[in-house]
Amino acid sequence: MSLIALLGTLETGLIFALVALGVYLSFRILQFPDLTVDGSFPLGAAVSAILIVNGFNPFLATLVACVAGAGAGLITAWLNVRLKILHLLASILTMIALYSINLRIMGRPNVALLGEQTVFTPLEALGVPTYMAIPAALFVLIVIAKVGMDRFLNSEIGLAMRATGANARMARAQGINTNFYILLGMALSNALVALAGALFAQSQGAADVTMGVGVIVVGLAAVIGGEAVILPRTVFLATLACIAGSLMYRFAVAMALNADFIGLKAQDLNLITALVVAAAMVLPSVRAPVKRALVKDKRVVGPLK
Amino acid sequence: MNAFRLTAAALTAICVTTGALAADKFVAITQIVEHPALDACRKGVKDVLAENGFVEGKNLKWAYQSAQGNVATAAQIAKKFVGDGPDVIVAIATPSAQTVVASTKTIPVVFSAVTDPVAAKLVSNWENPGKNVTGTSDMAPIDKHIALIKRITPNVKKLGVLFNPGEVNSVSSLDAVKKAAPALGIEVFEGAAPKSSEVLAAARALVGKVDAFYVPTDNTVVSAFEAVVKVGIDAQLPVYAADTDSVPRGAIAALGFNYYEVGRQTGEMVLSILKGKAAGSIPVSGVKKMDLFLNVKSAAKMGVTIPDAVISEATKVVK
Repeated sequence: MSLIALLGTLETGLIFALVALGVYLSFRILQFPDLTVDGSFPLGAAVSAILIVNGFNPFLATLVACVAGAGAGLITAWLNVRLKILHLLASILTMIALYSINLRIMGRPNVALLGEQTVFTPLEALGVPTYMAIPAALFVLIVIAKVGMDRFLNSEIGLAMRATGANARMARAQGINTNFYILLGMALSNALVALAGALFAQSQGAADVTMGVGVIVVGLAAVIGGEAVILPRTVFLATLACIAGSLMYRFAVAMALNADFIGLKAQDLNLITALVVAAAMVLPSVRAPVKRALVKDKRVVGPLK
Repeated sequence: MNAFRLTAAALTAICVTTGALAADKFVAITQIVEHPALDACRKGVKDVLAENGFVEGKNLKWAYQSAQGNVATAAQIAKKFVGDGPDVIVAIATPSAQTVVASTKTIPVVFSAVTDPVAAKLVSNWENPGKNVTGTSDMAPIDKHIALIKRITPNVKKLGVLFNPGEVNSVSSLDAVKKAAPALGIEVFEGAAPKSSEVLAAARALVGKVDAFYVPTDNTVVSAFEAVVKVGIDAQLPVYAADTDSVPRGAIAALGFNYYEVGRQTGEMVLSILKGKAAGSIPVSGVKKMDLFLNVKSAAKMGVTIPDAVISEATKVVK
């Protein structure tokens, strides 16, 4: 793999780490399987792209994209807690509605950002090639997002949110307004996903209405795959696992793209990606019995709920 | 020992092949999704290269990747190709082209099957794209359609365009018709049909106002094309279409194209770049080779005689 391809893989992986953190919040913390992300990812892209081409500051545009994503999450949560629609279906409804909404926002299926001012434009002044500067900047952003998330989940509000997901009835008995925490958590989760969408559109030069396809799959693969590699005993490790899982998924794609030397063809890409991710998830559990034999006394705590 | 020898032989073989490849040309091609039209386009590129002496595995390294419909994967493919450093990157369809152009400012990029490369910000203009990017557009050549109408029926002064205002492509086609028509002395009338069931009424509403009908590549109107033909026969008004498939269904004429030819045109561009031309100095081109389909039987029913000169140019004539 060439350096540019390696850094490109890192870049995409780091952007999707934001998706993984968002999915972790809904899927693991709130126990809310949320398909809204397939719509909120392109929503973030659409909102930021249309604001940027209309001359708004790219940072402001990205911020507005996050707010729009939060709105999408709120709608899903509202459909669930107020209208009592099953969480999975509520998120599907928001997701399909967002397809039309994204088309409306953009006015056409594709808004190009090539040559426009983006949040990455200031990096060009550094004198370092952008294919190096962008992943570096994203790395800093992800570290900030991860630390912020860790602190949030250990704060009083965060603990109440975790309690809501772990045992809603018990949480209510403790005086926690679970509906509020579901709304808040879903808004935060989709704001992160929309941020990822906005950054992705700006680094790839366009927002496209089809770019949300399969985002939830990648997000889930990252969360679950990451947990297989790093046991999520604490919040710190759990969020770290999300980032590791996202990078792992992208490296699996990169490996699949480089698999042509063993006679594999372009059409095998998704199959190879799936196999590599599966292998990465199975390997640690093969190692686990060995490990357990080595550390007899320490009990391995199950995945964080 | 044997194993060692084998490894050594294999290593030498690898060195030799990579050494040989380095002297040859390297074309990388990325495509957003597997689709018959886009696959045909890719085949066109490859065929032109092969016909001109660049054969895969012999003196051409050909790398092909499909993003299988996923834009994030397309972005990764773009980065991989840029890192691999080919002589030319061919990008089929808008999202793939945008990710490649976002990833390199130096490697020549030739896009294909992109409808509006200027709106997609791949190039700033068609005539002199500059930088490292050029390619072919698959925009329907509306001006040629209007010119064809004028050739077959020179008396047409008022043209009725039937379309669904909800289809983006149709709206842009209508804009193109409005742009091309005045130069040929034609006035444009709109017939809006938001649903297939309303096509008949929309066509009838234009009878008495127009001299001919034109149907762009509109999914709604094309699905109810027979209704337009019926009105055309009843009112003795010629019906023209933008897609050749509508000709056997009763349109008197249509100028269409196929994606294999778009790919071949793209291949010609790749060829000139491999021979040393700068990508930015090659103008972006629209579809050049087109197929003319005529329906003589339908024309007779609508009271039109197609000139022999036009018939002699036709790829297919329905009798």
